[in-house]
Order: sequence, then structure tokens, then C-alpha cells
Amino acid sequence: MSTPRRAKGRAGARAPRRNPANRPASPLAGLAQGLAAGTIRVVDLTATLSPEFPHISLPPEFGQAWPFRIEEVSHYDERGPAWYWNNFSCGEHTGTHFDAPVHWVSGKDLPHNAVDTIPPERFIGPACVVDCSPEAARDPDFLLTKRFLLEWEKRHGRIPARAWVLMRTDWSKRSDDPAAYQNYDETGQHTPGPDTDAVRFLVEERDILGFGTESIGTDAGQAVHLRPPYPCHYFMHGAGRYGLQCLTRLDRLPPTGAVVIAAPLKIRNGSGSPLRVLALVPGAKPRENLR
Amino acid sequence: MTRRRAGYDGVAVAMPVTVPYVRYSIRGAHWWIGRAMAELCQRSGVRKEEIDGLCVSSFTLSPDVAAGLTQHLGLSVRWLDHVALGGGSAVVSLRRAARAVQAGDADIVACVAGDANHVDSFRLNTANFSLFARDAVYAYGSGGTYASFALLTAHYMRQYGATREDFGKLCIAQRASALANPHALFKQPLTMAEYLAARPLATPVHLFDCVMPCAGAEAFLVMREEEAAARGLPWARLLATLERINAFPGDPVQIRGGWELDRDELYGQAGAGPQDMDFLQAYDDYPVISVMQLEDLGFCAKGEGPQFVRANGFTVDGSLPLNTCGGQLSVGQAGAAGGHLGMVEAIRQLTGQPLGRQVPDAELGLVSGFGMINYDRGLCSGAAILATGARAGTG
Amino acid sequence: MSAPLQRPKRKNPILRTRLPTAPPAARSRMAHGLTAGAARGELELQVCRDCGATQYPPREACHACLSDRLAWRAQDGRGELVSETTLHLSYELFFRERVPWRLGMVRLDAGPIVIAHLHGDCAPPPARVKVRACLDKSGEAALFAVPEKETPNMADDRQLREMTCDPKFRKVLVTDGKTALGQALVRALVAAGADLVWVGHAEPWKKFAGFDELAALPQVTLVPLDVTDSRNVREVAAEIGGRVDILVNNAEHHRAHGIGDRQGVETARAEMDVNYFGLLRLAQEFGPAMRARGADGQSSAVAWVNLLSIYALTNFPPHGTFSASKAAAHSLAQCLRAEMRGSGIRVVNLYPGPIDDEWNQLLLPPKLAPAALAQAVVKALQSGVEDVYPGDVAQEWLARWRDNPKALEREVSS
Repeated sequence: MSTPRRAKGRAGARAPRRNPANRPASPLAGLAQGLAAGTIRVVDLTATLSPEFPHISLPPEFGQAWPFRIEEVSHYDERGPAWYWNNFSCGEHTGTHFDAPVHWVSGKDLPHNAVDTIPPERFIGPACVVDCSPEAARDPDFLLTKRFLLEWEKRHGRIPARAWVLMRTDWSKRSDDPAAYQNYDETGQHTPGPDTDAVRFLVEERDILGFGTESIGTDAGQAVHLRPPYPCHYFMHGAGRYGLQCLTRLDRLPPTGAVVIAAPLKIRNGSGSPLRVLALVPGAKPRENLR
Repeated sequence: MTRRRAGYDGVAVAMPVTVPYVRYSIRGAHWWIGRAMAELCQRSGVRKEEIDGLCVSSFTLSPDVAAGLTQHLGLSVRWLDHVALGGGSAVVSLRRAARAVQAGDADIVACVAGDANHVDSFRLNTANFSLFARDAVYAYGSGGTYASFALLTAHYMRQYGATREDFGKLCIAQRASALANPHALFKQPLTMAEYLAARPLATPVHLFDCVMPCAGAEAFLVMREEEAAARGLPWARLLATLERINAFPGDPVQIRGGWELDRDELYGQAGAGPQDMDFLQAYDDYPVISVMQLEDLGFCAKGEGPQFVRANGFTVDGSLPLNTCGGQLSVGQAGAAGGHLGMVEAIRQLTGQPLGRQVPDAELGLVSGFGMINYDRGLCSGAAILATGARAGTG
Repeated sequence: MSAPLQRPKRKNPILRTRLPTAPPAARSRMAHGLTAGAARGELELQVCRDCGATQYPPREACHACLSDRLAWRAQDGRGELVSETTLHLSYELFFRERVPWRLGMVRLDAGPIVIAHLHGDCAPPPARVKVRACLDKSGEAALFAVPEKETPNMADDRQLREMTCDPKFRKVLVTDGKTALGQALVRALVAAGADLVWVGHAEPWKKFAGFDELAALPQVTLVPLDVTDSRNVREVAAEIGGRVDILVNNAEHHRAHGIGDRQGVETARAEMDVNYFGLLRLAQEFGPAMRARGADGQSSAVAWVNLLSIYALTNFPPHGTFSASKAAAHSLAQCLRAEMRGSGIRVVNLYPGPIDDEWNQLLLPPKLAPAALAQAVVKALQSGVEDVYPGDVAQEWLARWRDNPKALEREVSS
């Protein structure tokens, strides 16, 4: 069929009818095609929510976050013959979850600092995956340093602005063994995390979106003893940045190139929420994670 | 006791009726009582409309009381009583009816007792027998009356040296008498070996110490002498009675009944003593109570019951005919009619109309009633002495 | 003489389990005066305030002087056995299944004649005996005559064991072994002859002090158990519930807050979730199997023990939300007792005063040592009582509460 002449630019004229064959390519078309073809893979970085999943436990004098709990409402029975559903309860910081700036005292007065006010475009961003798994295996109290990050950048390039920095420790592989995952002894919890200088570097010199870990807490288990205490929370949230915790499968991600979607529940004035964290990863096969 | 009680002049007791017992029956108490009433009327010629007094005893009338029975059976009366004294009901019914007839409150009183017996009747009746039984007895083993009487029997045996053979002798004698009674539920003679070897229910009470609960009814009429004579009915004369409820509450364990308190007056009023009685229809729920009645009614001293039993014969031709149609132990216990069994048998013997064997020349007889194990002892005791008024086949 | 209890043989799994039956339970309101005493292990009878006569069976008016001023007073139960019988036949299933059964008639020194269950070691009459008020398998007061002087293995008498919840040769679940009290309970139950003690512990990733010593006891099996996790409770019940003879629920969340000294409801909700909802979850999941096993041989299911608090009777405002959660648990425990009726499972509630632990740190003594409270639990099971007020504070609060609950309310809030 021949293309009828169209008047252009005249006021009152009809908008030109587009021929699908001539449509300029949408930037998302490649995404849809890649997903369908398997050249873009989706990696689920989320732990399953269940009552057994380890949860944070604060000193008894403080208020406690709820662990995940679930109560059946009906199960095709006298409580509801044709349906099955549950009620669940948990804290905002239960399971794989998002920390908003309002969660910490240093971020409490910043604009757009709660899960319902963070601009939604911030929920999607590139990810840099820093592999500390051998170090964490040797030392559960391993602290990621600025120097370690600079070494990483030498191999993988500068950490871009507004990127997630995810600290891979393979800690999530311990989650079947809650004792190993929590790793408590008489002096408290022993899990890896960043040190103060690393955090300040990422915030002040790299302008990252947020920091993510595989353990409970973006800060190390013994971070109460750092200066300031809990530096990742303090500086990240103090700069209006975010946290992701209890991530899994970081070992499936390339050091760079993945795009992470992490959109928390829209809770009014919420400090965080459990969420589904997905990574879009290019390539048909998982690549070797190079250091 | 400051003044002598009034006698029973002019009172006639007539028309002994038994509705044959059945071990289990689907019929209710109203049926059994109805049959007894029908027999009373049919055999005596007294029409139902002429019966103007009614005295009922039953454990299974519920939810009815006596009033319900009047409408149920189409009776209109001007005197009504419901006597709930278990085995003492017959004597007490007779006492009440006698006074009514003497005073002219009623002319012809039917005294009737009857009970249904379904498979679970006895358990249900026992479980709810009384407040004290429910609170303080039934929850302890739920052995019903045989547990309660076992405690009394054990104590009596220990106290006075009675043996199982002593009790057995009474049971065996009554069984012998029952063989001549076509309505007795037990048809076989009983030997001492069988009696002793029978299985224990609650020691020392064994199988043949216990009555068999059944369905049945017993009844008689009470009227003035002239009335009985005018109708040509054989009748017995009422000489004396006694009634005591909760005598001797201070006795720790029951070893005697209220008969002991009033027996002298009883015999005084009758003008006769125990040795003059031609028979004794004692309340034989358990043989230990028969022995107690022998003592308390003056046949022997307290504690000498065992010796008395050993020294006497209790069959119809014995030295003291006892429960001459077999008694409850061999005939069966039709609930509240258990005490009426002895009264009706006494009337039969005195008027020459026995069901089984006739006590020779029976002219004077003693009927004793006992009952209401409200908690740990039988509260009710009663006795009546009757004499022949007019025999059957005369007048 | 009573033969000492022997460990029962293993159950034949092919045979049908005997279902529980119960003795007649109907009682008048007056008769429940006996129940109140028996629940605490005391024999109480009515005594006339006007003439002093002791009454039995319970009644509405004095048998001596007709006064209605009858007060329930503790009795020592001493008396003389005047008659006895051994029952071989019964109208009710419970006794039918248990004959021969010994009964006695006792003349109490205080006057009344009583009919009582009779211990096998009592000599034939005349003999001196002591009458106790026990709770029978219907949960009703039952008089039980035992020899005046204790005899060897007296507690092992077959009839007396129907009134008690002896842990000997039984399997017990203690729901929280992490606390000092939990560990004392485990030790006390093992010492009392329990064959197997499952010990629950929440958050197993947090190893608690005493864990290794507990795990080393041969009778002990540690079981991850979080009474706030419905699925966990269901799974533990599925695994071991069919074998639990005695369940001791000592799982407790205790904070020291009232209303105004703590913002938000999170702490109070945690207390309710453990102290009240925890009991509800356990009861839903463990109750049915225990009920069905109330007559399952010598080591039948026999008792459910709740650690409540004397604060369940009257709120202790400095621990106000904790008190309320214990009051809720108390009410629910009464519901459980009603639902267990007829199964022969005794629901035993303990109402201690403050235990000597970290949450009662600021309370002055007297405080209850965990070992003493554990002993009270064992004693309650061995004597078959259902309401226990262990320790001086509990006893005093109980006395004040029974005397004038409004006064106690004022006294604890000052």
C-alpha cells in the first residue's frame, strides 16, 4: 500500500499515522527482545521470606524488629472453601530488604528520604559487584577498605556515579545454617562490611546510589566499635543514599554491567521494606566473575 | 412419747395385684402402673371411677409426678400422694392411705408401685439418685447399691462375726420358696456351693446377694372394712405401723434402722410380739439388711442375728417363714415396687391367695420396709403388722 | 506394700490406643468447695461458724444446728478406716476398665463419715488413715485415704496414680530450655525419673549458656521451637507430639514496662505473642494428640503445665503489660482446661511471684530461685494439683487477693 502524502507541521492537521515498519526503535525494545531471547538474563538476588530466615536481633532493652511470620487464613477448608491465603507480618527490615535514608538519624531530615518519597528512577541502577568472598571466608570480621576498592577499580574501571556497590562475600550461602549466618558469639555478631574510609570514599568521591551486602546489615557485625559506629548507615543515609541487605547470588553477577532493580514497598514514611531485588545481566551464560 | 397413737380400726387392705416382672421391657412406668390399675379394677370389681385416692411410688415416672398419672390414666381423685421412700414406700403408702380412709378423705385408695427397666435404667437412676450420692458416692467406683451395701455388710460381718454362709442360708431359703412362684425371675434352686462360688461384685457382696433389677408393678387397695365386706373382697386388717426417717444419724456406720426405736410400740399396738408372727416379709435388698431387720424388729438381740439365722429355718415351712414368695432376691426388684412385693405377698398369705406356697394357718404377719441409701445408709425404715380379715372363698 | 513402678514395655503400634474415659463428673455447687481445696492440694470441709460441727457431704445448712454460716476450713484428714470393699464391677466405663478398685469408709477424727478411694497399703479396718482431697481424672475433687504413716513407693499405688501426673517413666516437652528456669526444669524432671525430655529453644543460631551441659544429659533432645512461629510449632508437634506425656510451657517474654513508661505497643505485642499466643499455638498443635492419649497405658499423656504469674491475678503495674499477657494466658489456660475435660489431662497452672532472673533485677527479695520453682513444678505433677502458688510472694499475694482483691489492687499500685 502506498504511503499517502501527509501534511507536516500545519496547525489543525492530523498527527501523522506511523507505519510500524518505520517506527524509530524504542530504547526498551532491545530489553524486551533480549529477555525473550535469553540474551538478557534475570537473576533473582532475593532470599525467600520464611519464618526461619535469620533476622536482626538487638539488645533486649531495645525495640525489636519482627521476624517474618505467616498465619494461614484459609486453605480450601471451612475457613474459606475455594481459596488459600495467608496474613503475614514482619519488620521493614526483615529478609532481603531496602534501607531508606530516614532509617538512620543522620538522614532523618533529608528531603525524599522515605520509601514512599524516594524518586522512583532511583530504584533502577547499574551495579558494581566487589568480590570479597575469599577474604570473608578467612575472616568473618573482614572490613572492605578504600584500598581494596581502588584495587578493584584498577581491574574493572571507575565506579560510576549513581551505581549500586554490592559487596559479594558469599555470605548468603550460609543462610541454611542460621547459626553460621548470624555468626554470634559472646562478643556479638561477626559478619563482614565496609570500614569508615571505604564508605566515605564511595559517598564523597564516587557518589554511589547505595551499598548492598549479603549479610544482615550493610555495616559489619562489629561495626559498633568503628568510628563513627555503623559508618555505612551513618554516611550512606546521611548523604541520602540507600542500603540493600541479605542479598543472594551475587556470585552470578559480573563485576560490572548488571542493572539492578530494587523497588521497596510504598509505605508511608517507611524506613525500608522487604523487596524483590532483580539483576538484569547481559549474556547467555553466567560469566566468570573476574576480580 | 406422751400419748398413744390412734389405731387403725376399720381399715381393710385388699386386692393384692402383681404385674409379672420382666427383666427388660421397652414399656414405660406409665404402662406398668396402668396394668396394675387395670388389674385392681378388673379383679375387684371396683370401677376406675370409684377409686378416689391414689398413692404412687416409682423411680421412672419422670418427667411426670403423680398428678400427671391421673390424667394419663383417666383418674379423678380427691386424695393423691407420691411416696418416694424406695423400699419403705409400701408401708408408708399404707399408713397414709389408712389415715385417709379413716378420716373419710377418701373411700377407696389404690396404692400402686411400678417401674420401667430399660438397658441403661439402673445406671441412670443410680447416678442421679440423690444429691449426696452424686456428690460423694457415685464418683467413687460407680458401684451403685452393691458397693454401698458391701461397705455395710463388711462392717456388720466384722462387728458381729456374721459369715457369708449366714447370708447364703437366707438367699437359699428364699430361692426354695421362689420355685413355687410362677412369676419369679429365678427358676433354679440355689446351693450353698453355688452361692459361695458366685463372682464378687464388691467384696463381700457376691452375685446372689443382689437383686435383679427388672420392670414390673405391685398394687393393693385400702378401704373401710364395710366397703371390703360389701364388695365381697378378701381383706387383711391393719393392726400397727411404724415409720422412721434418718433414725440414729450419730451411728458412724449403719448397724440398725429406725425399727429399733418404735418396735415396742408397734407390738404393743398390735397386741402381739415377734414370736406371734406367722411370717416376716422383710425388705431383702441385700441379705445383711434382712438380718438387721430380724434384730431391730426384736426377733433376736442386736448382734445375735448370725446365731438366729443359724438356729432357724426360713422356708415356708420353717420356724420363721421369710419372704415367702421368694423375696426380691429371687423374684426380682421392680424399682420402687420392691417394697410393695412384701406387702402384697403378706396380703396374699393372710387372705389365702398365695402365688406360690401358702404358710400354714397364716393369720398374723409382719411386713418391713427399708430404703433410700441417700449417702451411706438407708434412711427409711417402716413396718406394718397385718392380720387376716376375711379369707378368699369365705363370705 | 506398693510395688515400685516399673518402666513400661514399649507400646505395640498395631493395637488400637485405649481412649480416655472419666469418672462421673456431676457435682453440686456446694461440692465444688472441695474442688477449690483439692486444686491446691488441700482437704477443706465445711465447718459451722455457729456450733463448730464439721460437715460432709457438702451441704447448705449445718446438720447440727441448721445455721447457714458454713465456712470451708483446712482439715488434716486423719481418721479411722471403719469399712472397706474391693469393687469388681462398675456401672461406669472408667471404673469398669480399672477394677478391682478398693474403696473405704472412713470416720474422720473431725466427725464426718466419708467414702473414699482406698490406697493399697491401707491395712484392713480398723486402721488409722489419712484422707486427702485429690483431683480425679474428671478434674473433680475425690477423697483418697492413704496410710497414716507413709509407706515405701506409696506414690506408685495404681489407684493413686490415677489422681497424679508423675513424671516417672514419662516423656516431657519443656518449651524453653534457654533460661535458667528452663534448665532447672529439665534437671528436676530428669531427677524425678522422666525418660525423655525434649527441650525447646528459639533462635537456635544464638547458642545459650548451658546449652552444652543440657545437650550432654542422656535424656535430653534439643528441639528448635519458637512459640511465635505457627509453622514451627506445627512441625514440632507433628514430629514429637504423639509421644509427649507432659508438656511444660515455660516460654516467656518478660519486659518491665507499664503503659506510660514505654512508647508504642511493640514490646507488649511481643509479650502477648509469646505468653498468650504461644500458649494458643501450642495448645492447638499439641492438644489433640495429648487428649487422645489420656489413657494410653502406664505412661499416658497426663499433664499440661503453664508457667503463669501471680501477676495474672492482680496486675503489677511496673510490669503492667507483662501482667496483662499473663492474665490473658491464665484465661486461655482455663479454656484449655475445659477443653481437656474428660481426657484425663490435668492442666496445671503455676502463679509464681518474681523469679530471680534479669527482668526482676530491680525487685527486692524474696525472689524465687529457678531451682525452687522447678521443684514446685515436679511436686505439683507428683501430687496431681492444678493451681500452684509457689514461693513466699505468691502465697502472700494469694492470701491478700482471696481476702480482699480490691485492697491488693491498691497495695500493688502504691
